[in-house]
Amino acid sequence: MDQGANVRRMPYTAWNAFVEIFMAIRTAYTANIEHISILDENGVLDEKLAKTASGEPLLTPEQVLFLYERMVECRQLDEVAFKLQRSGRLFTYPQNKGQEACALGSGFAMRKGQDWLVPCYRENAALFLHGMPMGHVLLFWAGDERGSIIPEGVKITPIAIPIGTQMLHAAGIAWAQKVRKNDSVVITYFGDGATSEGDFHEAMNFATVFNVPAIFFCQNNQWAISVPREQQMNSETVAQKGLAYGAQCVQVDGNDIFAVYKATLEARERARQGGGVTLIEAITYRLGDHTTADDARRYRSADEVESWKNKDPMIRTRKYLEARGLWDEAKQKSAEERAEAMIKKIADDALNFAPPTTDEMFNYLYAEIPEELRRQRDTLRTNSLSMNPEQARLSESRR
Amino acid sequence: MPTTLAEIDFSKPLPSEQGDRVIQFREALREAMTEEMRKDDRVFLMGEEVAYYNGAYKVSQGMLDEFGPQRIIDAPISENGFAGLAVGAAMYGLRPIIEFMSWSFSLVAADQLLNNVPKMLYMSGGQWGCPVVFRGNNGAGGQLGSTHSWTVEAMYANVPGLKIAIPSNPYDAKGLLKTAIVDDDPVFFLESERMLSDKAHVPQEEYFIPFGKAALRRGTWSGERNSDVTLVSFGRPVNFCVEAADELEKDGIVCDVLDMRTVRPLDIDSIIQSIKRTNKIVVVDQCWPFASVASEVITQVCEKAFDYLDHQPVRVNTDDVPTPYAKNLEAEYLPHKGKIMRAVKSVVSKG
Repeated sequence: MDQGANVRRMPYTAWNAFVEIFMAIRTAYTANIEHISILDENGVLDEKLAKTASGEPLLTPEQVLFLYERMVECRQLDEVAFKLQRSGRLFTYPQNKGQEACALGSGFAMRKGQDWLVPCYRENAALFLHGMPMGHVLLFWAGDERGSIIPEGVKITPIAIPIGTQMLHAAGIAWAQKVRKNDSVVITYFGDGATSEGDFHEAMNFATVFNVPAIFFCQNNQWAISVPREQQMNSETVAQKGLAYGAQCVQVDGNDIFAVYKATLEARERARQGGGVTLIEAITYRLGDHTTADDARRYRSADEVESWKNKDPMIRTRKYLEARGLWDEAKQKSAEERAEAMIKKIADDALNFAPPTTDEMFNYLYAEIPEELRRQRDTLRTNSLSMNPEQARLSESRR
Repeated sequence: MPTTLAEIDFSKPLPSEQGDRVIQFREALREAMTEEMRKDDRVFLMGEEVAYYNGAYKVSQGMLDEFGPQRIIDAPISENGFAGLAVGAAMYGLRPIIEFMSWSFSLVAADQLLNNVPKMLYMSGGQWGCPVVFRGNNGAGGQLGSTHSWTVEAMYANVPGLKIAIPSNPYDAKGLLKTAIVDDDPVFFLESERMLSDKAHVPQEEYFIPFGKAALRRGTWSGERNSDVTLVSFGRPVNFCVEAADELEKDGIVCDVLDMRTVRPLDIDSIIQSIKRTNKIVVVDQCWPFASVASEVITQVCEKAFDYLDHQPVRVNTDDVPTPYAKNLEAEYLPHKGKIMRAVKSVVSKG
């Protein structure tokens, strides 16, 4: 048990004995949740599992190479963004470090321009795969609403900061797809903490009752800011929460790009064929802080973080590629340099974007600007006297 | 037939409110939804009990038979759930109508209603609108107790990005709801259980009532004599104002009664126009007094027409307590005819 959790540990009582008995029963129950792991920490692939339903290779080495390069970029983005925040150029930023396989494996299984991504805020790599410009994401975290503008044809909804609200939007979009008879599947992302929100349960209920083509993808990174998973929920797994709703539930090693890809691919196909909703719990770990406003050292032990570093998705994916002669130190170095240069350029462009004009604050509130708001915009004043010239004149004449 | 706001010719005069096609308030609502759903297959109705049960208050009676379960949808008891679902469906391009059995139940959906719905367009730089109509019963429904008797207009009117319509009669219910459905912005549409059985003439021909245009229920814009006082109200209390005005007229006191129809946008210009002739205002509002719509109206009147006032502005709100359960107390709590008459008389005699 790490130090952070120790602080909260209750003294041992007879009650704990009962709890332990219940735990045993519960473990038996949760055995029903399938756990998929294909690429282990040493980069060794389970060849039998690394196949599609029709016996094809799940991911070709070339595809893995492509995804690994995206991982490098994403990790570089984290580094650059972190420094930008520390130098005051980004408002805040949530690092994705350690969770890249979740975003990439799942994003790669969804069809670009066809399926919908309904994100929260820690799945950058999936957004980029589906056409979200990296500059938009940086602009967003720099504190500019225009970072939420999605390019034409890109099927991603804006980054959602309130915890959990986007899951209901995903259920709504999936439901609309279904009634419009479109061949699209919706995937929504959220963390382990968000499954404590009513929105999660209401969204799961709606999605399953209406049997919509939706995938609920939980990145269980063990910590809801400073609250560990054990204090966030009494259920052994997140995945089992979906059983109550009649969803397909699966747990995967979230740092294993093969497992994430496989589970998402199967969920997507099932959804397309009318098979309904899947809840995927991806077990991962946030190697960085919650955001740049957080310092995880205050509540997590160094030992715990260290133990997860060995499970880093980049390490095992790289080992997989190296074993096949597709990667080496030189390639790593040049990939990092390329990524850094690319991201610096994107960051420069994004952060040198001219700030919004004051008009823009008023322009997008209603489809058509109401008269009163137009007056506020055009006078640029909230002082009511100057907005009402007739009364202002009368007041003046009384002096 | 128009399916967007831009296609509607609002300069055309509205059809007459006089006639013999007398239907109930609930039927007027149903006609508005039915007409729009026939024209536009993106429109659907979702809520608790709206389909097989024909609506808890029979507003959607027969709609399931006409439109089928794909478009008239019984939702699980999960207000935050179907409010959020509507946001998603609207982002996708559909035009949801969401029925809250009572606006009191909208409180559990506050995060979606206030934190998502009105900000979608804003936060996406004009890209993702949220053309949803949320509608249902608002205000004291008749001994439903304090938890089921919310009047939400003041609380929700505080939030930019929303439009709030609050009809006082069947004619307006239909015309305003049709406008709400074609509007590209989210509209909160506040009905009243106590008015659903009210009957009035509702014309056969299609009409849309513009938002932000008040209706003068008593008094005239160009009368031979100016009215003595401007009575401003919206929703059910408009009817109390009309009763009071008719009674006061017997004593020789003439009132302009302005029915705001929508509180966001608020037709402050019509209020000012009336005040310039009466120089006195009484605002009647079924919300609690503190930071109410009445407070807002009076503030704006002071800002815009302070020098035209001959008497301090007066407001008649509900009493500043939760809605009482007992019949006599609930009746006394509301801004009823007696309270309005007393307010008008004191303003007129001192003016």
